[in-house]
Amino acid sequence: MSRILQDRDERRPETHPLTFRLNDDGTPVMLDDYREQQGYASVERAFRDLSSKTLIEELKTANLRGRGGGGFSAGLKWSLTMQGEGIPRGYIVCNADEMEPGTFKDRLLLEQQPHLLIEGMILAGFANNAYQGYIFMRGEYVDAARTVQRALDEARAAGWLGRDVAGSGWDFDIALHTGAGRYICGEETALINSLEGKRANPRAKPPFPGQSGAWGKPTVVNNVETLCNVPSVVLHGADWYQGLSQGKSGDGGTKLYGVSGKVKRPGLWELPMGTTGNELLERAGGMRDGHTLKTWLPGGGSTGFLLPEHLELALDFDTIGKAGSRLGTGLIAVVADDQSVVSLARNLEEFFSRESCGWCTPCRDGLPWSVKLLQALEAGEGERGDIDLLESLAVDLGPGRTFCAHAPGAAMPLASAIHYFRDEFERGVTRGQGAAHADPIPVGSV
Amino acid sequence: MTHASTSTSAPIATDGFVLHDEDRAAIAHERDHYPHPQAASIEALKIVQKRHGWVPDAAIEAIARELGVSPASVEGVATFYSLIFRQPVGRHVILLCDSSSCFLTDYEALRDAFFEHLGIGFGQTTPDGRFTLLPVCCLGACDRGPALMIGDDTHGPVAPEEIPTLLEAYA
Repeated sequence: MSRILQDRDERRPETHPLTFRLNDDGTPVMLDDYREQQGYASVERAFRDLSSKTLIEELKTANLRGRGGGGFSAGLKWSLTMQGEGIPRGYIVCNADEMEPGTFKDRLLLEQQPHLLIEGMILAGFANNAYQGYIFMRGEYVDAARTVQRALDEARAAGWLGRDVAGSGWDFDIALHTGAGRYICGEETALINSLEGKRANPRAKPPFPGQSGAWGKPTVVNNVETLCNVPSVVLHGADWYQGLSQGKSGDGGTKLYGVSGKVKRPGLWELPMGTTGNELLERAGGMRDGHTLKTWLPGGGSTGFLLPEHLELALDFDTIGKAGSRLGTGLIAVVADDQSVVSLARNLEEFFSRESCGWCTPCRDGLPWSVKLLQALEAGEGERGDIDLLESLAVDLGPGRTFCAHAPGAAMPLASAIHYFRDEFERGVTRGQGAAHADPIPVGSV
Repeated sequence: MTHASTSTSAPIATDGFVLHDEDRAAIAHERDHYPHPQAASIEALKIVQKRHGWVPDAAIEAIARELGVSPASVEGVATFYSLIFRQPVGRHVILLCDSSSCFLTDYEALRDAFFEHLGIGFGQTTPDGRFTLLPVCCLGACDRGPALMIGDDTHGPVAPEEIPTLLEAYA
């Protein structure tokens, strides 16, 4: 079970829209409790006052950016969904396949507040003219699946799902789909293939899911946390939502931030978007005794390493992007002084290598190659030229060279690890240039 | 590829494997959630696996027939997903998180302790058929790293010396 490390006194409806209802003991907030605390009020407001168009406009103005790591404007995404005369009603798919290394935020929302997600999905269905929602949840989230299924049954029995939702004359239902492993399922088009009962290979874009997604119909895929933000935008308006970030960021809202690694109090906090890394680390009680911070990943295994001096930056999409990394999921992982960046890079590339779906060559072959080189460097058996080779691999696995974002995600921590900690890599080079570098495969050029 | 004929491909043993009535009902229930029955493939494999512990070849054929899709399609799915087991596993499957946050909280020491305690490596089953050990993607329990799952239960943080006590609950 995940825990939010803020007491109920701190979590107020006006400042903590994602977590104010959560029980201190971590038990799930089910329908009766949820209804008593503004639950489903946004759906009533949407049916009463809003159209698809005005809801999407509100969301755009709120500048809610995708919390799955991409940071794309949710309102903009919804405005690109095909709908209208002659276009079939499609699907809302919640990406609850949380597997990004270092990320444990959606688990909290799924296990403890399933109705907030359902409420967000109903609004998404209303705005995008969908008739069916799916919650695509990773298979390992067993408790979350039970709780979400119970909530879906409650919501259906109370008339929030099914035919004629809340007397609106509009039909919308949600089904839970649980997965069976594989990180690539989190890629939105791979997720759609998996939902259809196929191997989770990504699809070519365009067409984008909003044009032709699941079973060829317009499909919106949003992360759990993104969808959980929508009810408060609809209920209180874009200006209110913008204000939640307290001027710390141009992005609206709050963020479920987290810290893992060797800190005193690893955990989760809902804080204004744009909270700094320093404040987060302070909430986590700082590094464990005897450890000092060497470097950190701002939001998952597919984000670039940053230095301690970057902790003063606002943790939002643009600021962290300008610093050369990505906000990703916003859950930071800290690396202590006595931990090897080469070993961690090896661990990360092993992960991406194992999880490659094998569809495109650079990813399928390039990632195991990087692992091999990193293993040699880690063992102190690297050859002269290995580091350059790794750097060129990071380029060749980068954006635009592969079928999907999986390999570019792997390239980012690799390139940044070498950029900031080249000396650690160089210590692993003990041999002259060997046969590997006479390989005729051209590297680093197109 | 959607209409692979079983008569011309390598024979798939179907002898004796019959889907349990409860499983057929459960598969039918899942199938109703989707506009196309193929979408229930993964759920169907999980339903069969829940009863048998793993998915034998013959079950692939039975599921394909149940859903009206080709065995090749079901087999393609069964071999893609890491939590569908195509060979027998132990009574309890241990999924050890090997991703970055657990790595940073001493996963490797825990892994080595498991290897030593169970006398097996990843992908192997103890001779008494009690445990199978597998690595798994980030379990989303990074605030409790190093973390692991045994069956449906998530545990963490787990110290190497806690392994014997932890495993006692899983006979």
